[in-house]
Amino acid sequence: MGDIPKYLSDAGTRAALLEKLLDHVYLSLVPLVVSIVLAIVLGLLCHRFRPVNAVLVSLSNVVYTIPSLALFALIPAMIGTRVLDPVNVIIALTLYTTALLVRPVAEALAAVPSHITASATAMGFRPWRRFLAVELPLAVPVLAAGVRVGSVSNISLVSVGALIGTGGLGTLFTDGFQQRYLAPIIVGIVLTLVLALVVDLVLVLLRNRLTPWVRAGGKP
Amino acid sequence: MIFADAFGWLLDPANWSGGKSIPVRIGIHLLYCFGAVLGAALIAVPLGLFVGHTGRGGLVLVGGSNALRALPTLGLVTFLYLVVGGSTVSVLISLVVLAVPPILAGTYAGVQDVDRGVVDAARGMGMTGAQRLWQVEVPNAMPLLVGGLRNAMLQVVATASVAAFVGVETLGRPLLDGIRVLDYPQFVGGAILIALLAVVLDAVLAVVGRLVVPAGVRLSARTGKARPGSAASRRREVPTPVESGGSTA
Amino acid sequence: MKRTLAVVVAAAALVVSACGSKEDLGGTGQDAGASGEVVVGSADFTENKILAEIYAGALKATGAKVTVKSGIGARELVVKALQDKSLGVVPEYTGNLLNYFDKTNTTTEAEEVYTALKAKTPSGLEVLEKSEAEDKDVLVVTKATADGGVKSIADLGSGKYALGAAGEWAQRWETKIKELYGVTFTEIKTTDTGGPITVDALKDGTVQVANLYTTSADIKANDFVELEDPKVMYPAQNIVPLLRSDAVDAKGKDALDKVSAALTTEKLAELVKRVDVDKETIANVAADFLKSVTL
Repeated sequence: MGDIPKYLSDAGTRAALLEKLLDHVYLSLVPLVVSIVLAIVLGLLCHRFRPVNAVLVSLSNVVYTIPSLALFALIPAMIGTRVLDPVNVIIALTLYTTALLVRPVAEALAAVPSHITASATAMGFRPWRRFLAVELPLAVPVLAAGVRVGSVSNISLVSVGALIGTGGLGTLFTDGFQQRYLAPIIVGIVLTLVLALVVDLVLVLLRNRLTPWVRAGGKP
Repeated sequence: MIFADAFGWLLDPANWSGGKSIPVRIGIHLLYCFGAVLGAALIAVPLGLFVGHTGRGGLVLVGGSNALRALPTLGLVTFLYLVVGGSTVSVLISLVVLAVPPILAGTYAGVQDVDRGVVDAARGMGMTGAQRLWQVEVPNAMPLLVGGLRNAMLQVVATASVAAFVGVETLGRPLLDGIRVLDYPQFVGGAILIALLAVVLDAVLAVVGRLVVPAGVRLSARTGKARPGSAASRRREVPTPVESGGSTA
Repeated sequence: MKRTLAVVVAAAALVVSACGSKEDLGGTGQDAGASGEVVVGSADFTENKILAEIYAGALKATGAKVTVKSGIGARELVVKALQDKSLGVVPEYTGNLLNYFDKTNTTTEAEEVYTALKAKTPSGLEVLEKSEAEDKDVLVVTKATADGGVKSIADLGSGKYALGAAGEWAQRWETKIKELYGVTFTEIKTTDTGGPITVDALKDGTVQVANLYTTSADIKANDFVELEDPKVMYPAQNIVPLLRSDAVDAKGKDALDKVSAALTTEKLAELVKRVDVDKETIANVAADFLKSVTL
């Protein structure tokens, strides 16, 4: 443990750590944002068209069984991206996160009580606006719960990319391991945990902002 | 094309005999997975039952188990290897740490979700705390508990491949070795095996789950919305406690 | 109404950021070519990472824009990354690189290997001047094993010992060691590229023979004994920059040649020791070395 101050005392190391941290944020959060959008669209499709639901559920079952490391390396072979391109990790994590979010979104949309949609319609809401103004906001708590799980899991999965040359903070683990040097490994673990915690806090704040009625004790 | 080559690798007789054959690796992979899930269950189930039953420490538990989820396995396994020494021990501990949160979440949520009316009725009938736990709460918690176990197993099966980084002969070996040298048949073949193993183990646990869930509970679960067997229903069993712990974060 | 607006704005923001990130992705492809940015890559072991950092420093000194992508994998992955333009330059080793480009190669002597390598390097790629610095594969045993009479690869015999080596070793050498020396192993255990797992496996007796690299600080630290290779199974392994011809300009190539000229096996071993044993950073060690080179 005494190594950590020594390790962190080097300005170059600190700069490299910041760069890895930013890489990590980028690699884990871009998939999160993309999959929120995808999951809302797909969730809506599932909600409106039953057959889509069955297909997507089986697909997400399959996606989940593929080890992340394999998926990272398979993507370039399947869609022709370059082997070291960060986009491989981003696409893989987007697949996992979308698979995680679609079902809860669809269920949350289905769970909106019919009297609420009926009142909205009666108030003159057109279907598209009713979706954005009524159904989607009511699905936010469930979506947020899924997003929080997704963010934690993405942040921890990005590290695996270090084994194929795109790993954000994960490279600290492989490098530290080769040098038998605990300091970078410990710093990497701590930074990952702090990142996960900070992102989670932000997500909770965001959720509370988007669902003021929950705090007010109101029920949909 | 890639997949055809991968099947070629899978069917190559050379990969089916000797000390590094596919069956041997599947066996080792299974040992690690079952060892880890068993170890995690021994820790997480009693803890989840205790907290769920007494209602004490719920926030600490959820917060702690969320933090565990964020622990990167590659970091943990390299850390443990350098500190504890020995691949087997460090891989096992890492996988146990990975498996604890979902089992804990499932157990805790299972006990928590038991209809308060049912528990009160049990109390009214004069059941003691222990009787309520074993005769009412545990049977009712079974579906979610088994869900937690299945979820843990899925994660462990996939992650045991990353753990091969510190040198164990799991199915992660062909995956890691194949990726380093871009030997697609080898690593896609390895990935297919891991995916198949995940599906098979999940199905086995689903059957086991059906056997241990009492008929009455099964009936009410079916009329409810939980549909055991789909990924999303498993996943949904994870977010629930996360959601309930939301206020802590 | 206000909430409707908020939701619409939020949704729009998500979509925009999603699209934005998609564009970014195209941008981060880091075309190591005409754009003027050079990406230096390295395989996943310390020495190669140091070399990559040294190359990067030398190229930066010529005014080029340089990034480093470290710890990528083994040669197969690195060469593929060069070809698909993810990388521009990588530090390589003449003998193993030649064997990779020409599976039927039998040359082992330094100059011959280098001449053959230049001829066999696929078009689009090229190797610059080789350095006298060398880092060879070497089979090592513990001192106890050596004292028991194992001094040369030929002494390993048939089916007596287990070997620990990187995943690709068997594919590269299993047939050759049998042809040359008649040596077979009870098991070829996949460990890592001369890293902690290989060394620990040899120390704790999981394997009796390990494949390390001659510049490794672990050999001396653990009193391992390097086995002689009288029939020259392992070819000369001079350090040489492998690059995509269009990735580096003439000034850059000149700088890399000067680096190669200044590098010796001893210096390289010292740099590796400073990183692996003294835990100095790769960047600092590389910068120190570059100070000694007049670019």
